[in-house]
Amino acid sequence: MALLQIAEPGESAAPHEHRLAVGIDLGTTNSLVATVRSGLAVVLRDELGRPLLPSVVRYLPDGSCQVGYEAQARQALDPRNAIASVKRFMGRGIADIANHESMPYVFQDGPGMLRMHTVAGLKSPVEVSADILRVLRLRAEAALGGALVGAVITVPAYFDEAQRQATKDAAQLAGLPVLRLLNEPTAAAIAYGLDNAAEGVYAVYDLGGGTFDISILRLSRGIFEVLATGGDSALGGDDFDHRIFCWIIEAADLKPLSVEDASMLLARAREAKEYLTVHGAAPISGRLSSGEIVDLTLTTEIFAEISQTLVAKTMQPVKKALRDAGLSVGEVKGVVMVGGATRMSQVQRAVGEFFRQDPLNNLDPDKVVAIGAATQANLLAGNRAAGDDWLLLDVIPLSLGLETMGGLVEKIIPRNSTIPTARAQEFTTFRDGQTALAIHVVQGERELVSDCRSLARFELRGIPPMVAGAARIRVSFQVDADGLLAVTAREQTSGVEASIVVKPSYGLSDDEIAGMLKDSITHVRDDAQQRALKESQVDAQRLLEAVRAALAADAELLAADELARVHNAIARLEAAALADNRRQIMLAMDDLEADTKDFAARRMDKSIRRAFAGRNINELDSDAAATTTGEHA
Amino acid sequence: MRPPGGALVESPTTVAWQTRRAPLLNSMDFNTDHFTLFELPVRFRLDAALLDRRYLEMQSRVHPDRFASAGESERRLSLQWATRVNEAYQTLKKPLSRARYLLHLAAQDVGSENNVLMPADFLVEQMEWREAVAEARAAGEHHELEHLHHRLQGDIDERYGELAVLLDDRRDLEQAADRVRRLMFIEKLLVELDDAMIACEEQ
Ligand SMILES: Nc1ncnc2c1ncn2[C@@H]1O[C@H](COP(=O)(O)OP(=O)(O)OP(=O)(O)O)[C@@H](O)[C@H]1O
Ligand SMILES: [Mg+2]
Repeated sequence: MALLQIAEPGESAAPHEHRLAVGIDLGTTNSLVATVRSGLAVVLRDELGRPLLPSVVRYLPDGSCQVGYEAQARQALDPRNAIASVKRFMGRGIADIANHESMPYVFQDGPGMLRMHTVAGLKSPVEVSADILRVLRLRAEAALGGALVGAVITVPAYFDEAQRQATKDAAQLAGLPVLRLLNEPTAAAIAYGLDNAAEGVYAVYDLGGGTFDISILRLSRGIFEVLATGGDSALGGDDFDHRIFCWIIEAADLKPLSVEDASMLLARAREAKEYLTVHGAAPISGRLSSGEIVDLTLTTEIFAEISQTLVAKTMQPVKKALRDAGLSVGEVKGVVMVGGATRMSQVQRAVGEFFRQDPLNNLDPDKVVAIGAATQANLLAGNRAAGDDWLLLDVIPLSLGLETMGGLVEKIIPRNSTIPTARAQEFTTFRDGQTALAIHVVQGERELVSDCRSLARFELRGIPPMVAGAARIRVSFQVDADGLLAVTAREQTSGVEASIVVKPSYGLSDDEIAGMLKDSITHVRDDAQQRALKESQVDAQRLLEAVRAALAADAELLAADELARVHNAIARLEAAALADNRRQIMLAMDDLEADTKDFAARRMDKSIRRAFAGRNINELDSDAAATTTGEHA
Repeated sequence: MRPPGGALVESPTTVAWQTRRAPLLNSMDFNTDHFTLFELPVRFRLDAALLDRRYLEMQSRVHPDRFASAGESERRLSLQWATRVNEAYQTLKKPLSRARYLLHLAAQDVGSENNVLMPADFLVEQMEWREAVAEARAAGEHHELEHLHHRLQGDIDERYGELAVLLDDRRDLEQAADRVRRLMFIEKLLVELDDAMIACEEQ
């Protein structure tokens, strides 16, 4: 496929089997799963026709769990075991969680990530999220009638590596191959942009249940270029609920509450908040376990007042993102509103005032993220159809750097760099005869290592002894299109080298994950093997298809003997793909890969030359015009 | 704290690994300079819209997502190309990095951010600017910050005008390198000013 796409991007070579892929919006409050069916992205519903799955998991004494509406309904009765908004805990320790003391859960801090005690035992946020994802996977498999090749799962743009890794681990635990993690506002922009054929600079303001994101994108002829992104991964509708909750306690002058009473009032607070979107005042009433009655009225004015600082807090990242994008408010053509919490009138007003235009609300804020994710999943699964010619250029949300002497951070890749990207920087030793160097990779914007998030550590050993400052150690960072970071350190004179693919340590070791996986899937082991074999057979067919298409288009790039070798490798792979030996198939694929490596390079060259070949006279003219136009800002 | 605007002096006893050089452009050599890659003339004055267009054209050809189901070697090539195209674009887009890159192509040393010696009067002037920003920030005078911002931006625009003449018309690389070094300080100051304005609004 892809070999042909070089020649004509966006056009499929030959019809091939549609691969089942889904997009999942794993939300703080609600989760959804969507897929592309006959060219149309649709949200998949449960057996009662409901599109949303509340992100609530209730654990039961027998070790099983309820997920979704059922769990949500029991939340006030069983607050300790009915876990809601677990997304706020992903990749986080207790110290990272605001208001944790007013939450009903029994936390236990772990190294890197907290856990919760439930009747079904200690649960990590990864396991709770996996329980949500599993339900969505089963829903999708039932609807689509087969196993999924993978999912695009959305995360807040401002999620750091630990939170992203935790999300990937949850997917793995739920038996879902991850095609990519996609930023939520970007997913929304894709859905909006494709739906409205939008062109120009757009801002996506996404205030969900637990997170806030702002992204600035430029849409131009099917390319979605993220210019900057920012946000607060701990700011959302939940915080507005909490403000109302605090107001209730104060206004009704309540004593310290039991967890059940607190859960009940928090639910009343949320209802009031949502009611206020269409009404001027909301009644809040409830009976506490002591028999005491709460009966209050919250007006829009009071609500706006007590939540004013929260609204203002969203504007700082907006300003920073605009600055990073090098744009002024006037250059933003439209502001797309995403997330249930943007329904609040004070949010609509503040955004409208800041951008000096009415925000765009013509999308279903609940579904748009899942729709965008499904669209991207379809593409990454290789189901690109003719006319499906769009591309996403995304950025990294947070700067990546290294610890230097004195606990300072040296930034190597600044935030909002377009990926894929690579940067290298040279360092040296500071002590005579120093033979090893500790390399500590960190993420964040602050100057001090202690204020940033630690991602990985490794050592470069075997540096030949030299005087201080003589060694030349080149440290390179490479972030691929999936956002995965690899770091390599190399001493230039001797060539000694060490490298690591960054997988942050946030509390769950690989062994632990493996253990959990084993627990949940021992009985489906054979299935898994069968599936792996099927997958490699499909992969083999795809490779064969791609090579044949490439030969059909560009065989003249190969000499006769090269061509013969490629045909030979094709024949061997065809044979291997018929048998039931996965290893044989993989080996034959490797061989064919190796034999077509130069061919691929030549085709890439040719394609790049072609990128400029079809240019017309007007464009060439603007080269000449450029002589007189300076550009300074 | 690091000295503002890049260290003036190095002190090997307190800095474990000093940065030797600014990140040097590409480790992968695809045999062309960034301008030629986008088929643009090698010079400072630039048609930004044209650069944008060429960049998007290139990226839509080489980006890894176009090769999601391709073989290993193609995926690797596409990753390398997309990385290279991004790097070239980022370098050319901003006038300061574009100027530094031109000087690098001409083998004119600019020095790294943490290791340049500047004339005393320039440093004094920079100190004064910083003090003015810090004062206005401490006093929460947003208006004053805006005023400073406006002045600094005007100053910067003028300096880039001058740099264009030095690089494109007079080919005076030494003078250009000197202007670039100054702009490295001033651009940092501008970022600090922006931060101060945002911090001021937060209160
Ligand atoms: N009518 C309404 N008025 C005000 N708030 C609302 C309304 N409807 C939903 N919300 C709030 O929107 C939030 C949920 O939004 P959404 O479903 O977009 O979040 P999410 O995707 O689960 O969370 P996140 O994106 O932060 O992970 C909740 O705080 C909910 O109370
Ligand atoms: Mg959401």
